[in-house]
Amino acid sequence: MLDLLSYGATGWGDELLQGAGMTLLVAVLAYLIGLGAGCLTAAAKLSGPLPLRWLAATYTTVVRGVPALLVIWLLFYGGSGLVGWMAGLFGYGGRVELSAFAVGVASVGLVSGAYAAEVIRGAVQAVPKGQLEAARALGMHRLLILRRILAPQALRYALPGLGNVWQMTLKDTTLVSVVSLAELMRQAYVASGTTRQPFLFYLVAALIYLVITTLSETGFRALSRRADRGVRRATA
Amino acid sequence: MDMILSSLPSLASGAWLTLQLVALSLALGLLLSVGVALARLSGSVLLRAPAVAFIFLFRSTPLLVQIFLIFYGAGQFVAVRDSFLWPVLREPYWCAIIALTLNNAAYTGEILRGGIQAVSFGQIEAARALGMHRLLLFRRIVLPQAFRQILPAYGNEMIQMVQATSLASTITLMELTGAARAVASRSFQPVEMFVIAGLFYLAMNFAIAQAVRWGEKRLAHAG
Repeated sequence: MLDLLSYGATGWGDELLQGAGMTLLVAVLAYLIGLGAGCLTAAAKLSGPLPLRWLAATYTTVVRGVPALLVIWLLFYGGSGLVGWMAGLFGYGGRVELSAFAVGVASVGLVSGAYAAEVIRGAVQAVPKGQLEAARALGMHRLLILRRILAPQALRYALPGLGNVWQMTLKDTTLVSVVSLAELMRQAYVASGTTRQPFLFYLVAALIYLVITTLSETGFRALSRRADRGVRRATA
Repeated sequence: MDMILSSLPSLASGAWLTLQLVALSLALGLLLSVGVALARLSGSVLLRAPAVAFIFLFRSTPLLVQIFLIFYGAGQFVAVRDSFLWPVLREPYWCAIIALTLNNAAYTGEILRGGIQAVSFGQIEAARALGMHRLLLFRRIVLPQAFRQILPAYGNEMIQMVQATSLASTITLMELTGAARAVASRSFQPVEMFVIAGLFYLAMNFAIAQAVRWGEKRLAHAG
């Protein structure tokens, strides 16, 4: 059994590790896209003009309301058409094919962004208004207020929620295996098909996911502790 | 337009299967979650440790792995194939229900634990002073209040479950997402199929959100 998991030509250890690497790559890229989209969407919801506000509300409601798998299929079948049409606007006439990697990152990122937007919006609203008024009264510009007053405090409120969004994003990457991207689930699927040992390979995959989620939870807790420094706490 | 009309029957049967998966796994998951929450809060390590492990394992691994482990993994063992469980574990339908139920029970169990802990101790003392047994106390005093407390969080969990049923399509079940995908791959209008399926999911979530809001109003404190 152990030689099936060994590293090299006979075992599947290297394939599984490569799969885990691809899983992490997709998850990190999608999460970064999600954070960017989440910030923009939260900004649009909080202080955008009315049409933008509607757009942002539609995005978060629809994407949080349909399964991530449906978003992946939608982009898989409809994404190249959309990108091709946009390329056409810029005068490019050729056919555009989206890779499984691009479809995976884009769709998981899109889902991640909708959830991140709600977390960020809540965190920004949790910063007391008086602080922003005080900063304005002191003559700070908007960017300085954002950097010195709003962002550091909102980040502290947002961290637990953003940690949950990361865990969700990581788990959503498993769904990208349906478009045959060679991430961890897909590699486990191929390995168990070849060796007829599905239980072994899915168990190993589950353990790898368990390690990643546990480590990242520890990481987010450390980040939270760092963001909480200087905050006075009632001690029991 | 013809394409869309002719695809509606298969989307409708997919929607029906989605509804079955949601209803069955939510009902079974809720029942199981009461046991999970109670074991998690139990004074005995023998009950608490398995509950902690169950919650940890099912919440820290992706649902897709759980589904594949049960559907593909279980059949690897001759002992399972020879046992009375095989007629159940051979069916993708039941494997999906089992995986969804266990996953839901882990999340709901943890939500319910918080709700039970939020019931004020004075109430439990009062019920004890009135001479209620533990079971009656739990059924009449603790559970109803815990349930009211968790209703908003449980509503979110129900909506997550609706979406989670889409993973059943990976083990050949033609529920809504699977049906939409099957129609999409043989039509020239794939996007429309997914939009119709998405609208159905949104409608289901809307219905759940309304039901939760109604329930919250009904269960709210008088005055």
